Amino acid sequence: MNLGQQLAQYILSGLSTGAIYALIGVGFAIIHNATGIINFAQGEFVMLGGMATFFFFSALKVPLVLAVALATGVSTMAGIVFERLAIRPLKNATPINLVIITIGGSILIRGIAMLLWGKDTHSLPTFSGDEPIMLGGATVMPQHLWIFAVTLVVIVCSKLFFSHTISGKAMRACSYNRRAAGLVGIDVRRMVLFSFAISSAMGSMAGIIIAPLTMTSYDVGVMLGLKGFCAAIIGGMSSGLGTVFGGLILGVLEALGAGLFSSGYKDAIAFIILLLILFIRPQGLFRRGESERV
Amino acid sequence: MLKIKNINTYYGKVHALKNVSLHLHKGEIVTLIGANGAGKTTMLNTISAVTPPSAGNIIFEERDLAGLSPDRIVKLGICQVPEGRQVFKPLSVEDNLHLGAYLRYRGREGRAEIRRDLDDVYALFPRLLERRKQAAGTLSGGEQQMLAMGRALMARPRLLLLDEPSMGLAPLVVQEIFRAIEQLRQERGTTVLLVEQNAKAALRMAGRGYVLETGKVVLEGLPSDLLENNDVQRAYLGKDKKEIWER
Ligand SMILES: Nc1ncnc2c1ncn2[C@@H]1O[C@H](COP(=O)(O)OP(=O)(O)OP(=O)(O)O)[C@@H](O)[C@H]1O
Ligand SMILES: [Mg+2]
Repeated sequence: MNLGQQLAQYILSGLSTGAIYALIGVGFAIIHNATGIINFAQGEFVMLGGMATFFFFSALKVPLVLAVALATGVSTMAGIVFERLAIRPLKNATPINLVIITIGGSILIRGIAMLLWGKDTHSLPTFSGDEPIMLGGATVMPQHLWIFAVTLVVIVCSKLFFSHTISGKAMRACSYNRRAAGLVGIDVRRMVLFSFAISSAMGSMAGIIIAPLTMTSYDVGVMLGLKGFCAAIIGGMSSGLGTVFGGLILGVLEALGAGLFSSGYKDAIAFIILLLILFIRPQGLFRRGESERV
Repeated sequence: MLKIKNINTYYGKVHALKNVSLHLHKGEIVTLIGANGAGKTTMLNTISAVTPPSAGNIIFEERDLAGLSPDRIVKLGICQVPEGRQVFKPLSVEDNLHLGAYLRYRGREGRAEIRRDLDDVYALFPRLLERRKQAAGTLSGGEQQMLAMGRALMARPRLLLLDEPSMGLAPLVVQEIFRAIEQLRQERGTTVLLVEQNAKAALRMAGRGYVLETGKVVLEGLPSDLLENNDVQRAYLGKDKKEIWER
């Protein structure tokens, strides 16, 4: 394999992990825009997606498609329960208190997953076989195509939701001006709940589609969550294209760094980017000052 | 229609409304005047459940509003046009208006009906029609005020709470807005509680008025009586003592 082919290979696999980061990052952004808090439990819903799919598929012998659907449902419910029990009861908490609560929540969810499913690493079958597909000079696994397709569909749906439905516009209204949103009759607390539901659903889908490639265990949420957070920071907490590009850029840089230098640097890259962005462009790469978020 | 009895509202330790009582009959325009910091905005926010009262009752059409959240108040037919407009800046003018009808969309009301009201708002404020695709934050102050009014009207309120709708506007625009308020009352029988700095104009239009001073109602009556009252003249109509003495 020559260097060109190798690069193409790195970029392709980088894009597919990047798509995962993008999905997780958009979840961060949606909750942040609705509530002003950073939900550090987001990664745990990613983990729940993969682990619950494994549980339904391997332990309960449910067909894969059904297992995926059930796992998404379970994780979404977990997001809703999390909001109800951990976020809503705190009426006058400051954002920083809530952020700390989400960190506590993430530790709790991880602990419960460990008790339920043990510390082992589990694998899931790929959705449609392991026959590599040649694409230019690079090979793609069918699972990569699944990842691209699912990400694309989810992002397009969320874009349509936020710009063309009254509920989507209402959620944006809450993020721009909560008080005014209440005064036009929007139930702000319900929108917050809704934002948790959407982002836990997105996170769990990310966890499900990546699990066949990377395996899954009770603690995968920590790293994936941080990568998604990084994607959202690069994207300036946009719940749209900004964060998607943020995820893709992060994924590609990681893959290039790991391939060309050493795989030991892979995780460090995300944190270096995170720090650079926070120091140099805290509003994200793509945002012009204080403008729109969606 | 609205009956407020002995309301007390606090911001932490600040006692912003002290045993305030007031009432509105159906189809009435009532104005609430008072100096800066008197508690006018607090009064409206207390009705809208943004700053719930710690004591007292608010009864709207035989219903106690205690414990309801702001969106429930809107659902009952009470809409507020808040001080400082508070439009959703990054959203387009038209989206802002659609959100005004949020509960009607949720209530599965016919789109045609909502569309007709949208056209009515555009007829009332043609400027908004010209700018319908523009982000609300890029409108001028006066245009934003029209948008805030239009957004509230999209909910088809039976009681409209207006917080200084004339603030910072050119006299011609103020006239336009006041004309719109009067028209609403005549055509739809909308009841209006109007908070104004522009006391003279407000009293001219209103059926009754209340004067609020440091969280208390100090005067209540017909506009003509209030306009004649020396204290009101001195404090809110810009006439100084000398002028009053000389009369
Ligand atoms: N969020 C708040 N926290 C603490 N005190 C507040 C708050 N909002 C208002 N107040 C106080 O409550 C009192 C009444 O304020 P309010 O905004 O109701 O006055 P207002 O009559 O609307 O004045 P203006 O004509 O300037 O709009 C003021 O003394 C104000 O300082
Ligand atoms: Mg005020």
